[in-house]
Amino acid sequence: MVARQQTGGTPQAFRRQQNNQGTSLLNETNYNVGSHRGLPKTNAKRLAKGLGWFSLGLGMTELLAPRFIARISGVPEKRSNVIRLYGLREIASGIGIFAQKNPAEAVWSRVAGDVLDLTSLGLACTSSEANRGRITFATANVLAVTALDVIAARQLSSGNAGVHARASRMINLDPKDVYNFFRDFRNLPRFMKHLESVEELPDGRSHWVAKGPAGMSVEWDAEIVADDPGRVITWRSLENSDVDNAGAVVFEPAPGGRGTILKVNIQYDPPAGVVGATVARLFGEEPNQQLEDDLRRLKQVLEVGEVAVSDATIFGTGYFEQRPAQPPARRELQDREALKDQLPSDERRLEARRAQQ
Amino acid sequence: MRATCWMGKTMVSVQDVPDPQIINQRDAIVRITSTAICGSDLHLYNSFIPTMVAGDILGHEFMGEVVEVGREVTNLSVGDRVVVPFPIACGRCFFCKQQMFSLCENSNPNAWMAEKMFGHSPAGIFGYSHLTGGYAGGQAEYARVPFADVGPIKVPSHLTDEQVLFLSDIFPTGYMGAEMCDIKPGDTIAIWGCGPVGQFSIRSAFLLGAERVIAIDMVPERLQMADEGGAETINYNETNVYEALMDMTGGRGPDACIDDVGMEAHAPGPIYAYDRLKQAMMLETDRPHALREAIMCCRNGGTVSVIGVYGGLIDKFPMGSVMNRSLTIRTGQAHVQRYMRPLLSLIENGDIDPSFVVTHRMSLDDAPQAYEMFKHRKDDCIKVVLKPGMNGQSIEKTRSFEPTGESDKTIH
Repeated sequence: MVARQQTGGTPQAFRRQQNNQGTSLLNETNYNVGSHRGLPKTNAKRLAKGLGWFSLGLGMTELLAPRFIARISGVPEKRSNVIRLYGLREIASGIGIFAQKNPAEAVWSRVAGDVLDLTSLGLACTSSEANRGRITFATANVLAVTALDVIAARQLSSGNAGVHARASRMINLDPKDVYNFFRDFRNLPRFMKHLESVEELPDGRSHWVAKGPAGMSVEWDAEIVADDPGRVITWRSLENSDVDNAGAVVFEPAPGGRGTILKVNIQYDPPAGVVGATVARLFGEEPNQQLEDDLRRLKQVLEVGEVAVSDATIFGTGYFEQRPAQPPARRELQDREALKDQLPSDERRLEARRAQQ
Repeated sequence: MRATCWMGKTMVSVQDVPDPQIINQRDAIVRITSTAICGSDLHLYNSFIPTMVAGDILGHEFMGEVVEVGREVTNLSVGDRVVVPFPIACGRCFFCKQQMFSLCENSNPNAWMAEKMFGHSPAGIFGYSHLTGGYAGGQAEYARVPFADVGPIKVPSHLTDEQVLFLSDIFPTGYMGAEMCDIKPGDTIAIWGCGPVGQFSIRSAFLLGAERVIAIDMVPERLQMADEGGAETINYNETNVYEALMDMTGGRGPDACIDDVGMEAHAPGPIYAYDRLKQAMMLETDRPHALREAIMCCRNGGTVSVIGVYGGLIDKFPMGSVMNRSLTIRTGQAHVQRYMRPLLSLIENGDIDPSFVVTHRMSLDDAPQAYEMFKHRKDDCIKVVLKPGMNGQSIEKTRSFEPTGESDKTIH
C-alpha cells in the first residue's frame, strides 16, 4: 500500500496502458497487488479442497485396508501392495493440495493419478480372478472423479500463464543508493545469475541477454514503464522478445533508518513453456528461490562490495551445483565467468608471492 | 596441500587437495601452524548435522601465518601471525554492526538451506557443512579466510600457539556461555558438560565474578580438570544431579545454568534410551537431556544459557517450568570477533592460560586417529591440537591425570 501512495496514479495509468496493449504481464507497480491477479476462483479452490480431503481419505484407506479396496473394486487381492503404493500417491496429492497456495499442480497430479488408476483397472480386467461387474462400477466412479479433477485443475490454472517470482530483502543502504545501483541495468548481471548482459540503448531502451535452458541464450529489448527515482522502477519486454517478461522493483525506506526494504516482482513466459519451468523446478530452479538468491547477492554486492563465494558454491548455490567444500583447482576457477571480476590477476599473485619471499 | 576431509559417517581421511587461492578481494590465505578438533566437529563426524558432502574439509579452530592478502585487506600483511574466528562475518551488515557476528547476513552463500531448516540463516562457518556456507575448513595446511579485514586477530610472538589458538572458538564460546548468565557477586553457576568449552565456561564464570561454580560430567579426567579450575564437581553417573544441586544450594537452585553439552547428551537411566531411540527413528534430531535438567534445576527467575550446539528438533521440552518460574533462556553461536581482543588481553595479563585444556598434540596426518581418540575419550583425551608438518605417528601427550581422578570436592 505504501508503494501505491508513493507512486500516485502510476499503477492505474500503468494498468490502462497494459490493458490497451492486451498483454497479460505484470500490471501493477504495487508489489502486493500483482500477486492477487489470476488467483483462482474461490469455487475452484473449494472444489480442490474437497478433492484434497477425498485424496487423503481414499489414500489412508488404500494404505491401511488394501484388501477391502481390492474387494469392492473387483481387483484381485494379490494386488494389495500396488494399492498401498497408490494410497501413498493419493496422500501425497492430498497434502500437496493443502500445502500449496494455488493447488493447480497438485490437482493436475490427481488427474495424472486418475489416468493411472483407469489404466490399472483396465489391466486388471484381463485377470482371471477379476470381478468384471465391480471393475466396471469402480471405473465409472473413477471417471466421475476424473471429470471433477479436470474441471478444478483447469479453473485453477486459468489466468496463471507464465512464471511469477517475488522476493524481498532488507539492505543496509538508503533507498536512493539502492535505486541508483539498480537503475543502472548494466549492474544487474553482477547478481542476477541468469543474466549475461544488459546494454543500455540510446533511446532509453535496453537490450538484455540471458541464459536459457540447455545452454541456449535468449535475448529481448525492454523499456522502462515507470521510473520514480528512489522509489520504483518497472520495465517490460517489447515485441519480438525471446522471453516475454516484466518486472517491478520497489525501494521502501526501512523503519528506523535501517536502510531499504527492496521488493522485486517478476513475471515471465518461460522459454520452454510451463512444462519446461516445471522440469527446471525439479532440478532446483525454483523461481522464487532463484530471485531470493539473486537479491541476497545484490545485498552482498551493495553491503560488502562483491558476491561472497564459498568453496562449495563456486558454480552456484543450487542443490545440484554444490561441490565439496575444498579449494577449487585453478582450472575450475578460470572456467567460472561470473568470478572473473573478483579474481586477482596472475601478475598480482606473482607480486604477492615476491613480496612474501 | 594436505587436508582433513569428511568422507562419511565416522570416516575422515587426510587427502591431497588443491591449494586455496584468493577469490574475493577481502580474502587472505593463511598457512596453518596449529588447528584443533572441536566437540562440534564430532557432531559432523557422527553425521548429526545434515548437508555434509563427501570431501568437505573439516575444522574451524585454526591459526597461522598470512601468506597472501586480497586487494582490499589493508590491516593484515604477509607474515602476520593470526588467529581466525570460526564465524565468517562481513563486518558491515545489520548484525555485524551490532557485534552479532555469528548472525552475519552476507557470509552464507547457502543461506537458503539454513532458512529451510531454521527459518533464517546464521553466518557462514569454516568447515561446518553446506548449510553454513560450504567453506573449506582449517584442519589443513592452508585456508582461505574470507573477510580477512574483519575476522583474524594478530597475536604477539611471545605467546605460544596453544595459548592463543582457542581464541578461534572454545574460549570465546565458553566465555559467552558464562557472560549470558549476567553473573552478579555471590552467584552460584552450574555447568553441564566439562569438555573443552565447559572448562572455559568454568574459568570465565569465575573471571566474571561468580562465587561458586558447580560442574557436572561423568568423565573422571574432565571432572579433575574442572576441579583444578576451582569448580565443585558432580559425577552424574554416581549422583542424582537435581538432588545434589538442591542440597548444595539450600533447595533454591543455582542462579544460572550453562548447557555446555548440546545435542548428543548422555544421561543415566531410561531417559537416555528414550532419546537415543527417538533420535535413531528420526522423531527428534537432538538429545536434550542436559538442557532439560538445567531448566529443572535452575532457580526461580534464573537464567539458562545454552551454548552447546543443537541442530534441529527436540522433544519433551519443559516449557511449563520455563514459563511458570520466569526463567530466561539465552543462546547463540559465539560472536567470536566480539571477544577476541578482550580475551587476548586477559591472556596477555596472565589472568588465564588457555593451553591448560590441551591433552594431546598430533600430526595433521594423524587426524583420523585423533578423531577416534577424541570421540571415545581414549587415553584421557580432552583436547587435541593438530600440527601440520609434525612427524606422523608421534603422539605427544601433554599431561596425565591421577588414576583416582577425584578430589575431596566431588559430591557423592
